[in-house]
Amino acid sequence: MSEPRRLTGIPASPGYAEGPLVPLEREQAEYLARGNPREEAEALRVALAHATARIGTLSLTASGESAAMLEFQLAMLEDEALTGPAFAAIEDGVSAYDAWVAAIDAEIVGYEVSGDDYFRARAADLKDIREQVLRALTGEGAAEAPPGAILFGEDIAPTRFLETDWSKGGGIALIAGSTASHVAMLARSHGVPMVVGLGHAAVGIDGLALLDAELGRMVVQPTEADREAFRRSSQDFGARRANAQNYLARPAVTRNGEPVRVQVNIADPSDVELIDIATCDGVGLMRTEFLFGKGLPEEETQYQAYRKVLEWASGKPVTIRTVDAGGDKPVPGFTVEESNPFLGLRGIRLSLARPEIFRLQVRALLRAAVHGNLKVMFPMISVPVEYVQAAALFAEEAGSLAREGVPHEMPPLGIMVEVPSVAIAPEAFPDVAFFSIGSNDLTQYVLAAARDNANVAHLNDVRHWSVLRLIETVVSVGKELGIPVSLCGDAGGDPAAIPALLEAGLRDLSVVPAQLAVAKAAIAEVSV
Amino acid sequence: MSAAAEAKVTITHEVGLHARPSVKFTKLAKTFPAEIEVALSEAGPWFDAKSIVKVMAAKAPKGTVLHLRAAGEGASQALNALVALVERDFDEGEAHVRTA
Repeated sequence: MSEPRRLTGIPASPGYAEGPLVPLEREQAEYLARGNPREEAEALRVALAHATARIGTLSLTASGESAAMLEFQLAMLEDEALTGPAFAAIEDGVSAYDAWVAAIDAEIVGYEVSGDDYFRARAADLKDIREQVLRALTGEGAAEAPPGAILFGEDIAPTRFLETDWSKGGGIALIAGSTASHVAMLARSHGVPMVVGLGHAAVGIDGLALLDAELGRMVVQPTEADREAFRRSSQDFGARRANAQNYLARPAVTRNGEPVRVQVNIADPSDVELIDIATCDGVGLMRTEFLFGKGLPEEETQYQAYRKVLEWASGKPVTIRTVDAGGDKPVPGFTVEESNPFLGLRGIRLSLARPEIFRLQVRALLRAAVHGNLKVMFPMISVPVEYVQAAALFAEEAGSLAREGVPHEMPPLGIMVEVPSVAIAPEAFPDVAFFSIGSNDLTQYVLAAARDNANVAHLNDVRHWSVLRLIETVVSVGKELGIPVSLCGDAGGDPAAIPALLEAGLRDLSVVPAQLAVAKAAIAEVSV
Repeated sequence: MSAAAEAKVTITHEVGLHARPSVKFTKLAKTFPAEIEVALSEAGPWFDAKSIVKVMAAKAPKGTVLHLRAAGEGASQALNALVALVERDFDEGEAHVRTA
């Protein structure tokens, strides 16, 4: 009996799975060339038909984004502009395998070099069909995994997720992978437990495994004690989920009856279509980066987006954060390329360095303010002069709008507390309308550890005393100066972090919509 | 009956000619027997409006003027239908929903 192996990764979709590990990457079967062009062409035709049939079957039950992806893949497979060059190469004596790889790789490269995130992401869809056809060519059958298996490997293709039967449980454990991938999104919406970033320490593991995708842990070849503890956590998770739904429609209160405001974070105006405004206390963070995803947005485009959310909120507060762009997510004509973008020209620093672009956002916000209860906050503030300059731009643009006779209103202007310099000495900002703690960046800057880097993710913990002490400082200075304090990082929706946040004095949290019910349920358990 | 036709239309769909709109566009084009070509400028290069590979490769964003030309049976009906599809924003009310 071998020793249990304990691995740590990053949770991508919460839940618990117990089952055998099944490798995602099968050994690549050797392709045996038939040797003459006529038979090679026939082999490729048959393989294309197989791949088309498999994707066609998956598309019968898919919906939304997945359906769109599968339809795109089908259209690609049926297009002679893609397959034509492969058949031409076969005529010239190339094997079906090599001809297909060359033809599709030529297309994949075109997408990989695109400056547009959307088109770059399509490269993964094409790699997926490349593998589907190669599998058919080498005679490998459809992926077979026993019910309840934990799929394990470097990464997973969306079609593989869609063709797997999840009705009997099971999960996904990846050596690499990303919490932002299409599959991670699918896993969250289907409730399939998924952990990414287990790292190369996980290579070669085998046997029965316990996957805890709530905390991002996996035990391989567990002991009986491991299994018992795991089942308790798993049952507890199921009970919490079911219980949480009962809390969704009610205002959040602690066990001692202390009310807590729970708002939502949104990344795109269309997010609000899935949220009932009655279930939350407003929008604690509306990001505006989506507007800059396709280049620099016009004032009118921004105004319409802000107005839509303000009108949806019907009088409840909506806190919009001015654009938080940086070198890690380039916007042509705005961001600059830097070797260390997280310590570079980003957030308010970038906005103040490009006032001609920032002014358009300021005008759009001032105009939108008349349509609801708007608050505006500035990201990445490190010193008071940045707040003073940003507020001055608001005053100047309000003056211009008044002269032009355009309806507008000055919203309360607050700041994000995410740079340690602000959290250590918040009293340097007595004039701001509110503090909103950005716990993701604050934690990463205090502990000097990125949370999407699996090698150091264990250091990135909002519950570390250093971070909690800073949160306490901000809460108590806020109380002294009469400045409201809230928190809008992911920790606000994390049941494991909520007790510590409330104990640190916070009574205003903003969470992703999917965590709204869970957060309210967790708050009800805390005795403060 | 043989004919030739030309048309122009501006893409107003928020995401431009991305996967879903491109699939709809090429599918509709394939329902006509006429030879149909698209270009991003009058000078070309012209490419096959029935090929998803070619249409996606154009990476046409919102605001692009699409130039269309068709020859052969039902050429003008084909262009009318394609122009109408683009003008209706490819029958998509909302752009892609993102998660928070």
